[in-house]
Amino acid sequence: MLPFVQGGVPISWYLILSAILFAIGASGFLIRRNIITVFMCIELMLNAVNLSFVTFSYMWRQVDGHIITFFVMVVAAAEAAVGLAIILTIFKNRGTLQIDRINSLKN
Amino acid sequence: MDVFLFFLFAAIAVGCAVNLVLQTHPISSAISLIGVMVSLAALYLLLGAEFIAAAQVIVYAGAIMVLFIFVIMLLNTGSEETEPVNALSRFLGLPLLLVMVGLLSVVMLDVAPPSQEVRFGSFTGGGAADVGLLLFTKYLLPFEATSVLILIAILGAVVLAMREVD
Amino acid sequence: MDFFLLTIVKAAIIAFIFLTTLAYLQLLERKVIAHIQRRPGPYRVGPHGFLQPLADVIKLITKEDVVPPHVNRTFYILAPFFAVFFALIPICLIPFGPQVEIFGITTLMQLTDLPVGLVMVLAIGSIGIYGIALGGWASNNKYSLLGSLRSSAQMVSYELALTIAIATPLLLANTLSLQEITQAQSGFYFGFLPRWHIFQMPWPQIFSFIIFVIAAFAETNRLPFDMPEAENELIGGFHTEYSSMKFAGFFMAEYAGIVTICSIGTVLFLGGYNPLFPPELGSNFVPAFLFLGGAAILFFHALQAERWRDKITFPLFGVVFLGIAAIFAVPMLWPYLLPVFWFVMKAGVLIFLFIWVRGTLPRFRYDQLMAFAWKFLFPIALINLIITSGLVAVVS
Repeated sequence: MLPFVQGGVPISWYLILSAILFAIGASGFLIRRNIITVFMCIELMLNAVNLSFVTFSYMWRQVDGHIITFFVMVVAAAEAAVGLAIILTIFKNRGTLQIDRINSLKN
Repeated sequence: MDVFLFFLFAAIAVGCAVNLVLQTHPISSAISLIGVMVSLAALYLLLGAEFIAAAQVIVYAGAIMVLFIFVIMLLNTGSEETEPVNALSRFLGLPLLLVMVGLLSVVMLDVAPPSQEVRFGSFTGGGAADVGLLLFTKYLLPFEATSVLILIAILGAVVLAMREVD
Repeated sequence: MDFFLLTIVKAAIIAFIFLTTLAYLQLLERKVIAHIQRRPGPYRVGPHGFLQPLADVIKLITKEDVVPPHVNRTFYILAPFFAVFFALIPICLIPFGPQVEIFGITTLMQLTDLPVGLVMVLAIGSIGIYGIALGGWASNNKYSLLGSLRSSAQMVSYELALTIAIATPLLLANTLSLQEITQAQSGFYFGFLPRWHIFQMPWPQIFSFIIFVIAAFAETNRLPFDMPEAENELIGGFHTEYSSMKFAGFFMAEYAGIVTICSIGTVLFLGGYNPLFPPELGSNFVPAFLFLGGAAILFFHALQAERWRDKITFPLFGVVFLGIAAIFAVPMLWPYLLPVFWFVMKAGVLIFLFIWVRGTLPRFRYDQLMAFAWKFLFPIALINLIITSGLVAVVS
C-alpha cells in the first residue's frame, strides 16, 4: 500500500491549520466590504478557534474542549440571529450593505 | 490513511476559506463557508469528536448558514462593489498575513511538539454520552446561562425585525 | 482489505436496490393517486404500466438539457447535485437487519453503524436544504426564488418539531446508534404486543410518532405542505427553470427523502426490523403466505381476464410470486430475509401513508403552515418531551 497509510498526523499540524484558517478569516474581515461577507469571516475565525479547542481536547484526552466548542456554537447561533436581524434593519434603513456607506455618525 | 484524510480535508478547508475571502458575491462566499464547516466536521471526526462533528454540521452548516443564505437571497443585492485599495495594504497585506501565520505556527509548534501524533480511534471520549455527562454536571451553570442567552437573542431578533422603519 | 471489499459489496447492493426503489416509487405514487382519483394511471408501457419508470428514465436522459441564459450558471448546475447527493447519503446508516453470518463472514445488515448514527442522519438532512435553496435562487426567476425561500423557512421550522419528536424515543432507547435503537425495541409485552416505541412503557410514543409524521410531510415538501412547488401559485416552484436530468435530480432527491424519513420513522417508532408478532405465533410464515396469497389472486384473475395479454402476464407474475413465496418458505434463509421483509413492510406502509395523504388532503395556506408549526406542533412536541423525560426519570 501507499507509504503514508501507517502513522498519524502530528498534533501541531491541526493547530497550524487552525492558525491558517484564522488568518484567512482575519484578512477577509479586513478586506471585504459587504457586511454579510464580513460576518461570515467572523464565523470562519470562530470555526478556526473551535478546531484548536478540539485538538487540545484530543491532546489532553479530556472532553472539556468539546464543551467549549459547543458553547462557541451556541453563542455563534445567537450572534447570527441578532446580527442578521441588525443587517436586515440596516438594509431597510439605508438600502446598502457596503460597510463604507454606513457612516452617518461621521457626518 | 490518517495523513491522507487530514491533507484532503485540510486542503478543502483552506481552499474554501480562500475562496470565501476572494469571491465578491456573498452567495459564493456562503457556500465556501459551508465547505469549510463540513470539512472541519470531518477533521473533528478524525480527532475523535463524534458528537461535536455532528453538532458542527447541524448547528453551523444546517442552521446558521441557512439563516445567512436566507438573508442573502432575501436582500438579493448582487455582487459587492470593489473599492480602491490603498497602496500600503496592497503591498504589505499578504506578507504581514504570512508573518502572522508564521508567528502563530511557531507558538503552536512550541505548545504541541511534532512527536505527539493524532491517530484515528485512539481517543474515544467524544461520544454523545461523555459530552452530555460533562455538560450537565461540571458545566451546568454555563449551559443554563447559554440557554438564557439564546432566549435573549431570539427576543432581540424578533424585536429588531418587527420594528417599523421611520 | 476484507473490510473494504465487504463494504464495497454492501454499498453496491444497497445502492442498486435503493435506486430501483426510487424509480418504482414514482410509479407506485402515480398508480395509487390514480386509483384514489378513480382512473387507471400509467397503463401503456409494459403490463399495467409496469415498465413506465424505464421509459421515464430514457425520456429524461435523452431530453435536451437547457441552461437558460439568465441563470447563475455555477449554482444552477450545482444545486441538483447538492440535492441528490445529500438525499442519498443517509441510507447507508439505516439498519435493515441484525448481525448475520454469511459465507463465513459476520457482518451487520447495514452499511455502517455509527455510535452517533441518528445525529448524523439529522446532520445530513439539515444540509439537504441547500439544494432547493440554491436551485431557486440561481434560477433568477421570482417564482423560483419565492418557492425556495418558502421551502427553506418551512424546513427550518419543521426541523425543530421533527428533532424534538425524534428525541423522545431516544430517551427510552438510551442510545443514538440506529442498530441499538432497533434492538431496544425487540421483545413483546404479554407475549403478543411488540415493544416498539409507539407501544413502549412508561409513555407510549404515539403522539411523538404523529408529530414526526406530520413534520416529515413538511420536511420532504409533500402535500399538504408542498408550498415550495405549489403549482397554482408558483408555476413549478424552485424547479421551474430546470429540465432533463437536472429536474430528475430534484425529483429523485424528493423520493430519496421520503424513503429515508420513512426508514428513520420505522427504526425509531415501529421497531425497525423486529416482527409484528412473536415467531411463536407464526410470524416467520407471514411473508410466504402473503406472496402465496398474491399468486393465488393473480391466477384467479388470469382465469377471467378480458384482454388476451392479461392471460399471459397475470400467470407470469403469479409464477414470480410463487417463486418468492418458495424462497421465503426456506427456514435456512430466514435470518437474512425476514428482518428485511419486516423493515420493508413497515417502511412501505409509511410511504403508502405519504401517498395516501397526497391524494386526500388539500394544500395549507402558507401562513397557516407556519402558524401550525410554531404555535401547535412545536409546543405539543415539547410537552410530550417533558412528560416522557419525567416518566423515564421516575421509572429508572
